[in-house]
Amino acid sequence: MAELQIDSKVTVVALVENEPGVLNRIASLFRRRAFNIDSLTVGRTHRPHISRMTIRVDAGPEYARKIATNLQKLVNVIDVRVIDNEPHVERDLALIKVRNDDADSRNTITEICDRYPARIVDIGPKVAIIEMVGTEDIIEEFIEQVRPIGIVEMIRTGVVSMGRGTRIHDTNFIDRRTLIEAASKARRGNGRIV
Amino acid sequence: MKLKGSEIIMESLLREGVDVMFGYPGGAILPTYDAMSLYEDRLHHVLVRHEQGASHMADGYARATGKVGVCIATSGPGATNLVTGLATAMMDSSAIVAITGQVPIPAIGSDAFQETDVTGVTLPITKHNYLVTDARDLAYTIKEAFHIARTGRPGPVLVDVPKDVQNAETEFIWPEADIELPGYDPPWSAREYELDAALRLIAEAERPIILAGHGIMMSGAMNELRELAERAQIPVSLTLLGKGAMPEDHPLVIGMMGMHGEASSNLAIQEADLLIALGMRFDDRVTGNLKTYAQNAKKIHIDIDRSEINKNVKADVGIAGDLKTILTQLLPKLEGKSHPAWIGQIRDWLEDSSERDILNYETPGMLLTAQVVNDIWKLTGGDAITVTDVGQHQMLEAQYYPHQRPATLLTSGGLGTMGFGFPAAIGAKFGQPDEEIWAIVGDGGFQMTLCEMATAVQENVNVNIAIINNNFLGMVRQWQELFFEKRYQATPMVNPDFCKLADAYGIPNRCVTQRDEIEDAVRFAQSIDGPTLIEFVVEKEEMVYPMVPAGADLHDMKRRPKPGEA
Repeated sequence: MAELQIDSKVTVVALVENEPGVLNRIASLFRRRAFNIDSLTVGRTHRPHISRMTIRVDAGPEYARKIATNLQKLVNVIDVRVIDNEPHVERDLALIKVRNDDADSRNTITEICDRYPARIVDIGPKVAIIEMVGTEDIIEEFIEQVRPIGIVEMIRTGVVSMGRGTRIHDTNFIDRRTLIEAASKARRGNGRIV
Repeated sequence: MKLKGSEIIMESLLREGVDVMFGYPGGAILPTYDAMSLYEDRLHHVLVRHEQGASHMADGYARATGKVGVCIATSGPGATNLVTGLATAMMDSSAIVAITGQVPIPAIGSDAFQETDVTGVTLPITKHNYLVTDARDLAYTIKEAFHIARTGRPGPVLVDVPKDVQNAETEFIWPEADIELPGYDPPWSAREYELDAALRLIAEAERPIILAGHGIMMSGAMNELRELAERAQIPVSLTLLGKGAMPEDHPLVIGMMGMHGEASSNLAIQEADLLIALGMRFDDRVTGNLKTYAQNAKKIHIDIDRSEINKNVKADVGIAGDLKTILTQLLPKLEGKSHPAWIGQIRDWLEDSSERDILNYETPGMLLTAQVVNDIWKLTGGDAITVTDVGQHQMLEAQYYPHQRPATLLTSGGLGTMGFGFPAAIGAKFGQPDEEIWAIVGDGGFQMTLCEMATAVQENVNVNIAIINNNFLGMVRQWQELFFEKRYQATPMVNPDFCKLADAYGIPNRCVTQRDEIEDAVRFAQSIDGPTLIEFVVEKEEMVYPMVPAGADLHDMKRRPKPGEA
């Protein structure tokens, strides 16, 4: 009987201020606390001053919560959530450059790509680039399929993740400059002159 | 009104209630020093002799007052010299704000003269730090820095200000509104179900013990702690930094815990069926081997830092929040209890400990550190603020100087910073000018920051320095004796004549070699309004017991020998 595969990976999602040095603070925290992480991705959100990080941890929810409570201590980290059992969508993207220099490999590539959410985005006489989007597991499966053809180069973005339905992870924080100006205006409203 | 950045720094410090700052000038911070001349009457600047001293002084000031301590340094070497003090403050949750000069913005990243990436260097050893790149941000940033330093779990915050930002003129607008940061919201109170869970464990416990830490005093929860202990008849064990959380002569206080804690405390922890950990963080010096630590006990852990809960010891009930608030929520629901058998058991352990008291030893012609510390305790009415350095004298202070009031023992616990004691005592005196202050330091640690004697003289700071001189790095020597077959590698010290040194600085001094000379010397120090120094020449090879070797089980203590067994 095949062993039941339990996914021990947990995702931590953090909304952070899009300020210089924030990534450095987070990287420094992981290094200092010797946190082992699988992947980390950062990208912008619909709010220009907020970036969103997805951190994959291969260590169970307790460890992920440890990371989350430490992340939450950083002043520039606005909100942290651990996505464990709740329904969510996650995606990883891989660009895989494979050998393409004989009819055999060309056929195999097309054949494999037909069976997966993958497409060939660049093709030449010697190599082709395949773009593959999906969950981490499927990408890993796909990589094993194309490996025999001969992978010459590869890059993955790391996982990004979003809760399903009305589980909204957002903040109304705008940006520091507005924060400072708002605080200063509040003073003017009081009519006190320095 | 338009002000220079440097003046905005001064105005902002004043608005944060600062009246003293400890610092050292230099090129990149010169505009700010120039602005000080306009504020001299309200903002006193203490010129130190090394920036490390400034950081420890700010720390000592903060610990003694509960306010934020301020230190100032220039860019590059000035700022890097603050590093040890920032790390010390970080580990012991001490609220300090450090302001450092930086090279002008166009020069940043060019390896300019005295340029260091100070926010990078201090990132892991500050609660937060800033590089201010626009003079318009200065006032708000300083207000935010003080807010972050003093709220939640306090800690050091550094503000790095490039020279051109100090020189830039801009409208000074002090933000009157409270700081509200989206990513910074320290936990405050407990939820009902958390309180109920804690109360259930307390009601069920037969052998409970409270572990009281620094957080009790930071939160001002001394009365609440006492009420909890008295009403439920729970013995209280103190961490090193928790000393003062409850008067040590209280019958429920059973001594310090941990590596050099009292056997009664350590045995009680190992035998307990409930630990109530309040404002402490289960440091390895407190727990020993985590695998065998308090195996039979359920754990309630209350701390303001959520990340401390379940970090080292798994909590059955973990509550993140302010201790005073949470205990105030808890107490009305707490029912009275008694545990006579348990308290009787602890009494027996205490009895056994007091038989092993060093003060009961017959030691004709010898001067022991415990005797010096205990005599200072008697002669100061047990009411001085003592500031220690790190090592054997520190542990013996903790054992032989019982503290009755909060914030009367200032010591570097987490980082164990040698050189902390003397400058921190100077800072404490600025914060508490009416208190009697004793810096109790070893011959090793004192030599790391003794240059601050000049600061003490220049400012005429009434701090009494007690050097416990055994001509050894005593604690390291103790480890070498126990674990390295007495190979005393790099621990014997050839010291200067400390009294002649004090003479050179113009500090009145005494040297004590016999026990019957202690009283005279202490009275002499007390009679002088200014710095004094007493050198106590103690036994060279003393040991500090009880001792739990690093990583050993907490009950696996090397005990003090009973008199006659020594």
